[in-house]
Amino acid sequence: MTAELGHYALILALVMATVQGLIPLLGAGFNERTWMSTARPAACGQFFFISMSFACLMYAYVVSDFSVANVAENSHSAKPLLYKFTGVWGNHEGSMIFWNWILALYGMAIAIFGKNLPILLRSRILAVQGLIGVGFLIFSIATSNPFLRLDPAPIDGRDLNPLLQDPGLAFHPPLLYFGYVGLSTTFSFAVAALIEGRVDAAWARWVRPWTLLSWASLTAGIALGSWWAYYELGWGGFWFWDPVENASFMPWLMATALLHSAIVAEKRDALKSWTVLLAILGFALSLLGTFLVRSGVLTSVHSFASDPERGVYILGFLVIVVGGALTLYAWRAPTLRSGGRFRPISREGTLLINNLLLVVSCITVLIGTLYPLILDAITGEKVSVGPPFYTATFVWLMVPLLLIAALGPLMSWKRSNHYFVLQRLGIVTAVSLVVIIIIYAVQGGSWGVLLGLGLAIWVFVGVLVELSERIRLFRVPIYQSIQRLLIIPRSSWGMSIAHTGLAILVTGLVVASNWETKLEKIMMPGDVISLSGYEFKMLSIGEVEGPNYTSRQAEFKVEKDGKLITLLYPEKRYYPVQDMPTTEAAIHGTWLADLYLVLGDPSGEGTAVRAHHNPLVPWIWSGAAILVVGGFVSLTDRRHRVGAPRRRINLGLQKKNISDRVRKN
Amino acid sequence: MIKIMSKKGKGLKRKNKRLIFLSCSMAGLALAATLVFLAFDENLVFFFTPSDLSERTFSHEQRLRIGGLVEEGSVIKSNNGMTIDFKVTDGGANLPVRFNGILPDLFREGQGVVAEGYLINQLFIADEVLAKHDENYMPREVAEKLQENGQWRGKIGDSQQ
Repeated sequence: MTAELGHYALILALVMATVQGLIPLLGAGFNERTWMSTARPAACGQFFFISMSFACLMYAYVVSDFSVANVAENSHSAKPLLYKFTGVWGNHEGSMIFWNWILALYGMAIAIFGKNLPILLRSRILAVQGLIGVGFLIFSIATSNPFLRLDPAPIDGRDLNPLLQDPGLAFHPPLLYFGYVGLSTTFSFAVAALIEGRVDAAWARWVRPWTLLSWASLTAGIALGSWWAYYELGWGGFWFWDPVENASFMPWLMATALLHSAIVAEKRDALKSWTVLLAILGFALSLLGTFLVRSGVLTSVHSFASDPERGVYILGFLVIVVGGALTLYAWRAPTLRSGGRFRPISREGTLLINNLLLVVSCITVLIGTLYPLILDAITGEKVSVGPPFYTATFVWLMVPLLLIAALGPLMSWKRSNHYFVLQRLGIVTAVSLVVIIIIYAVQGGSWGVLLGLGLAIWVFVGVLVELSERIRLFRVPIYQSIQRLLIIPRSSWGMSIAHTGLAILVTGLVVASNWETKLEKIMMPGDVISLSGYEFKMLSIGEVEGPNYTSRQAEFKVEKDGKLITLLYPEKRYYPVQDMPTTEAAIHGTWLADLYLVLGDPSGEGTAVRAHHNPLVPWIWSGAAILVVGGFVSLTDRRHRVGAPRRRINLGLQKKNISDRVRKN
Repeated sequence: MIKIMSKKGKGLKRKNKRLIFLSCSMAGLALAATLVFLAFDENLVFFFTPSDLSERTFSHEQRLRIGGLVEEGSVIKSNNGMTIDFKVTDGGANLPVRFNGILPDLFREGQGVVAEGYLINQLFIADEVLAKHDENYMPREVAEKLQENGQWRGKIGDSQQ
């Protein structure tokens, strides 16, 4: 029964989404208040029915109802309970329901927190959000229904892919989806603004918190995915420039650009149509990611069971949504009146350069990702674009971006005092150079590493100089400086924290990818691997039984200078239901490095073992975590607190604007 | 659009402002395009099956990606187990491959495999070996070639997460 109930609720959600997508839009067009007021209850209704549907599916997983095809294919009665829950989104159909649920959640959040939005704008935003919902719900119901029955029901299921039987599945996809889908809100805001023909500072102020929220989720989702791949796949790496990784990275780059341009739009009333364009492109890339992952054009850890029908549907949806929005943009953008002016050397100027660099780097990633697909489709030749390509393109574009990250905050809005900026810049340069020379003296290193580290330090020193500038350190009495410190707005703190996170992240990436060491060896109990000053001694190796797997586990003693550091237990598991082995790396993290051990196949009397010394890898995750914290701190800024801003212009005036425009057109 | 003030404090003409913005964007795109083409030249890795390779010659420095099935009974471990020799077949021809290191979890005889490395005197020295992520997965490139040779019948790219 629950499966049918879930299916029924899904169809009701589609009906609700259709109402939400059409009636408020027409209402806004004809200025019918009653029609427009259907938007909020419809958004809540859509969320209610999708929640019901999602709960039904989850119930089927938890009670292991194998008469439901989706459960039979992706679950097993012996699977631990946590994975029965998380397994719901570990497959294509279930994850689409989850996707729809988040989309509806965002819709409801706009309905609830957007109480102060002018009714016209709100109706249009919710309508666009509803129409996106219609597209995805039809996709779920027509091509990916998770509630289909199996008759006869199998006695047990085919189990979840063992690689996904990990707590990471509980966090990585949900956060990533929150980020991906979150970009639908900024898209809806952008399209609604285009329909209305108005983008003002208040609009940008409403867009910023939603951008921040999805950007922070996306950052956390990508970082968690990278961390998960690092410890679960056992390859010792954290980023592979895999097309699917790129699929999540491109919207992130676009969202980062949007985050920065929205600041200019809000504070200076400039770069408005550019911000609208970024909002559209951000969601377009998030849809492109969905297409790449779910259509079967790629094969990777992430690709779902492929089905040409699904690929064609998403591609069609992508073309309609993005094509429609861009057409609307081309038609409407010229009517957006531009606001604040600025000189090239000003904070706006640096933010504009930041945007261009982010968009260009996003394009290089896009080319690297799509080129093999296009070449294959046209010539049938198969190529792969690997990390060296991205090192040669993307990484170089990050150099000016990091330079500008420290420079921008030192500039003042509108027009900047060259002398002042150069003076502060001198401090930043001097400190960075000194630190780099010290690092070179102590550690040595190639010029590439030193450049990377120098940029990270440059960004961090830039943050410190900007902060001390704000509190006028050493120029006013210290108690006054402290007072000033306390009144710094949260959004400003958010920037300082996020840029610090960026500096830490870059340091981690540069050091980890250049100074890692590894060693492979066939080992028997008693054997030792020496690596980067550490001694890994194998003590024993034996069989261990898990709930739905068997495992070969070794015990290692790690010593440095004769002192015990830790015991490590790398495993090689075998999951009989899916007939699949997995590697469980054993990792010991210190603040400065990860010790990483992987067990290979038995070979003769011994076992293959690989030991890694990965310096500063923990900095990558902590840097990303600090970025996310920065995002959330910024989100708590009083001015962003959702609902706080009020548009000064009243509805009557807007009506007049619209009728004016109608006449003009 | 964007307003950029001239030094004298008066706004530039709208056309000029657009021009500046456009030329900035174009410069950015040109930079990216240059980087991309320079990088493509050196970093594109072409994919071949053993039959393709038998018809062509490559320099030792040309990085290649090959794929096919691991031939049954061809896996030999030497050098105390750290060096693995095996043959990759696509039904038509086979190619000896040497790899030093730990093989991926799902490397098995008779199953699909993709290796990246260099072809030196008819021996493929692989520095990276990728195997499928579950028993249904077959690299698409391999599946297509195998279907051409009638070696394998199944859905292309059929993988399940």
